[in-house]
Amino acid sequence: MNEIYSFFIAPFAEVPFMQRALLSAVLLSFSAAPVGVFLMLRRMSLTGDAMSHAILPGAAVGFFLFGLQIIPMTIGGLIAGILVALAAGAVSRLTTQKEDASLAAFYLISIALGVLIISMRGADDELLHILFGSVEDLTNDTLILIIIVATLTITSLAVLWRGLVAECLDPLFFRSISSLSPLVHFIFLTLVVLNLVGGFPALGSLLSVGLMILPATAARFWVTSIFKMSVLAVSFAALSSIVGLLASYHSTAPAGPAVILSLGGVYIVSLFFGKSGILQNRSTGHHHRAG
Amino acid sequence: MNEQNALTFNNLTLGYQSHPAVHHLSGKIKKGSLTAIVGANGSGKSTLLRGIMGINKPMSGSFEIDSDQTLAYLPQRAQVDQSFPASVLELVALGLWSKRGLLGRFTKEDMQTLYQAIQAVGLEGFEKRNISTLSGGQLQRALFARVIVQDANLILLDEPFSAIDTKTVSDLLSLIANWHKQGRTIIIVAHDIQLIKAHFPETLLLARDAIAWGKTKEVLTPKNLSLAQNFDENWDENAPWCETDIQKGQVS
Repeated sequence: MNEIYSFFIAPFAEVPFMQRALLSAVLLSFSAAPVGVFLMLRRMSLTGDAMSHAILPGAAVGFFLFGLQIIPMTIGGLIAGILVALAAGAVSRLTTQKEDASLAAFYLISIALGVLIISMRGADDELLHILFGSVEDLTNDTLILIIIVATLTITSLAVLWRGLVAECLDPLFFRSISSLSPLVHFIFLTLVVLNLVGGFPALGSLLSVGLMILPATAARFWVTSIFKMSVLAVSFAALSSIVGLLASYHSTAPAGPAVILSLGGVYIVSLFFGKSGILQNRSTGHHHRAG
Repeated sequence: MNEQNALTFNNLTLGYQSHPAVHHLSGKIKKGSLTAIVGANGSGKSTLLRGIMGINKPMSGSFEIDSDQTLAYLPQRAQVDQSFPASVLELVALGLWSKRGLLGRFTKEDMQTLYQAIQAVGLEGFEKRNISTLSGGQLQRALFARVIVQDANLILLDEPFSAIDTKTVSDLLSLIANWHKQGRTIIIVAHDIQLIKAHFPETLLLARDAIAWGKTKEVLTPKNLSLAQNFDENWDENAPWCETDIQKGQVS
């Protein structure tokens, strides 16, 4: 019993940085996972990935001016992310180029610029820190930032839910009944950037998108309603965060990759054993119902 | 605007990247009329409907919708993301947007409206079914239920009969006939000439420009159809600027 306590409970009960990490991860799970569900359903999973690179130069400018401090790096990341989202959207509206192509162009420029700015001031380990994050360094400021991100996201999702569903399901019809379509799209992209920035201190710019996309893609194998999908994605994200944090604490593994790999495990299991997973589809392959 | 007209086009041009898809269209849609829009692919039919709905803005000219008109729009079926995890009920419920908007709660009466509309299109019992499991015809029925829920007096339907079996076509035609009897104005993009001759009294034959517009029998003559079929849907990247616009000083 004592061993169970010391393995599962003690790290979170007795170690302050693990408490902050746990609270951050659970809050981010509630906010990033439902955003990921909509990203996936809008076939924008890779857009999320591109956006996570797009925040890098902003964070790098914050780092260049103030060093490894969370507030300036976060604000910089937020500004850069929104600018890239706006620029990619504008290019797709003003030219014949699709949004994915312009986004790819902007994120490549962003990542090169970001790495260049960081290398102008920092050492290699600081670059690694920014790219992959560090839970040990989560401060109370970071926690406040995550609380703000989660509150804003959950409130916005609750308010915009019907609009987001309409925009995904039948975008042309939505544009015919409401002028909110561009606003809903912009607020949604802002939520994506906000959650990437929220996950940035702990998971780094490369992996923060994982908390968004992996739980959503795993949940898709189990349920067919968007609300249930969001609830399941939140549960997957929160549980995997706890497992990842514990694995990292009891070993030398960095926490960010440990959390994302736990989620990767959930994805692989869902891929095979989920209701619409590979094995389920194969097991009914030679049988059929009468009608 | 004459109160007899639901819709008036004043030299309307709609298009994409300086190329017209609907070119200098003028004319009127009378209230209570049932008009088919006919033309080859790329002749501007869907663009015209999108223009009326405000999705595409005019490049020149204008149109007026009479102030007492409310609009319902059925986009082409392919526009719906059928892989999205939504039920038939949720899809049809989008038709309540003008009443309930982003945040309004659905009332008991709203739910009754939804169920009645689903029943009216022959999909009773399908309310909770995921739209990904619907056939093309069933999805089109669900989209018609959404039009019923919108309860508009000007209804725009974009290719509702494409790739649909004859039973569904006949059921949807009776719904349209019913709307017509109720005095609603209906504009419908369609391809089947025999079907249009049998069911739609007015026709606008488009080939970017209006080839003919009026009584269906007078519009769908072999000569007019041949003119419309010879329409070249390709854009000429080096096409000269439209002379009508140059005369009006819109192009320098």
